[in-house]
Amino acid sequence: MDELITYAPELARGFLENVKLSLVALVVSFILGTILVAMRVSPTPVLRAAGTVYVNVVRNTPLTLVLAFSALGLSDQLGLVFSDQPETNSFWIVGLGLGAYTAAFVCEALRAGINTVPMGQAEASRAIGLTFFQTLTMIILPQAFRAVIAPLGSVVIAMIKNSTVATAGGFLADSAATMKIVFDTTGASIPIFLGVIAAFMVLILPIGYFTGWLSRKLAVVR
Amino acid sequence: MTENGDVTPLVKLEHVDKHFGALHVLRDINLTVSRGEVLVVIGPSGSGKSTLCRAMNRLETIDSGQIIFDGQPLPAEGKALARLRSEVGMVFQSFNLFAHKTIRENVTLGPVKVRKVAKDAADRRAMELLERVGIAAQADKYPAQLSGGQQQRVAIARALAMDPKMILFDEPTSALDPEMVQEVLDVMVGLARDGMTMVVVTHEMGFARKAANRVVFMADGQIVEENTPDEFFTNAQTDRARDFLSKILTH
Repeated sequence: MDELITYAPELARGFLENVKLSLVALVVSFILGTILVAMRVSPTPVLRAAGTVYVNVVRNTPLTLVLAFSALGLSDQLGLVFSDQPETNSFWIVGLGLGAYTAAFVCEALRAGINTVPMGQAEASRAIGLTFFQTLTMIILPQAFRAVIAPLGSVVIAMIKNSTVATAGGFLADSAATMKIVFDTTGASIPIFLGVIAAFMVLILPIGYFTGWLSRKLAVVR
Repeated sequence: MTENGDVTPLVKLEHVDKHFGALHVLRDINLTVSRGEVLVVIGPSGSGKSTLCRAMNRLETIDSGQIIFDGQPLPAEGKALARLRSEVGMVFQSFNLFAHKTIRENVTLGPVKVRKVAKDAADRRAMELLERVGIAAQADKYPAQLSGGQQQRVAIARALAMDPKMILFDEPTSALDPEMVQEVLDVMVGLARDGMTMVVVTHEMGFARKAANRVVFMADGQIVEENTPDEFFTNAQTDRARDFLSKILTH
């Protein structure tokens, strides 16, 4: 128990990095996921194909490889640099990489949601003169989002846990990396394990309950 | 029908053909709809009457021939097509009110987003229209909270809010419980009296007799017969039409 108390500040700092990474990835994944799903249902074959290729490549690549590619390929080789500070740079590489990876899952959840919206909704929208883009953003996606709030909650939960493989992208300040560094001095410690697990539970459990409640509250009645 | 002096037809279909796979759903359709005319399209299911109706605002594409609306061929896609659709109202069998929007929002969406009408002006107009179809008291409810007949009257108000040159009705009462059919037909008869150009796919013979200027009978993708309602119902010329009428008028 002592080692948990001793190293609590370091572990808390690491955990906070996971929260920050998750927030960045959340914003990126929802924006990019929405753009991807718009591409995948668009009437333009080139956009549809591009969306499909992105989702299939990214979704089927292990996250550790996506992050390693982001760090070694995009950043080191191709010079995509966000900051002179190596730690700040790798934070953004990992946050954006995790967001880009999760976007594929957000896209597919939303696409499932679009399938729950009856054809007639789009027809009625087109019939009053709304364009494809207006129909998608005002009629289809709002109903699709509400239909998949619970599955999106699961995507977000997986994303938060995935933030602990940040090391693969060269970011060494998150809770998993911090825990490993602490273990190097203390040896494996069950209280520290349990402490980190408890922190994630406290963060993630409410998300499950909240999205469940929200999906019931916002359900579109037909 | 030509009171306003404009004698060019509002809609003109010339040699229109359409296939669904191997099925030839529209066969060489030639038809005009005059300004202010109420045209009722009847026929057995699968005769192509809904497809014909939906082709007029290009919710269905056609394979060949052409459709002229208000002097212009129907645009194929994009902004021009959206503009055309904003001038042609459509009322569906399954209402298709936007499920996540209130009744008021359903009626104001088109004017605000397509016509760029100011929000409060669109709101006032929506309330007038909802008053006219008898739903004003329900303006802030969601579609699912209304009966089928009420939803269909809202759908008519939504179409009217765009000040369309014509309204297409695709079996507007077929999905309604019997006791709600009349309230919708009453609104439609009112529109017909006010001079709205209407194309109505329906089996409601009472409406056809009361409000239609002309009846078109379709079977197997073809227009088989075209006549005034009185003449058609009392003195159908073809066996197909007589056979169809005997089936729907006996019960």
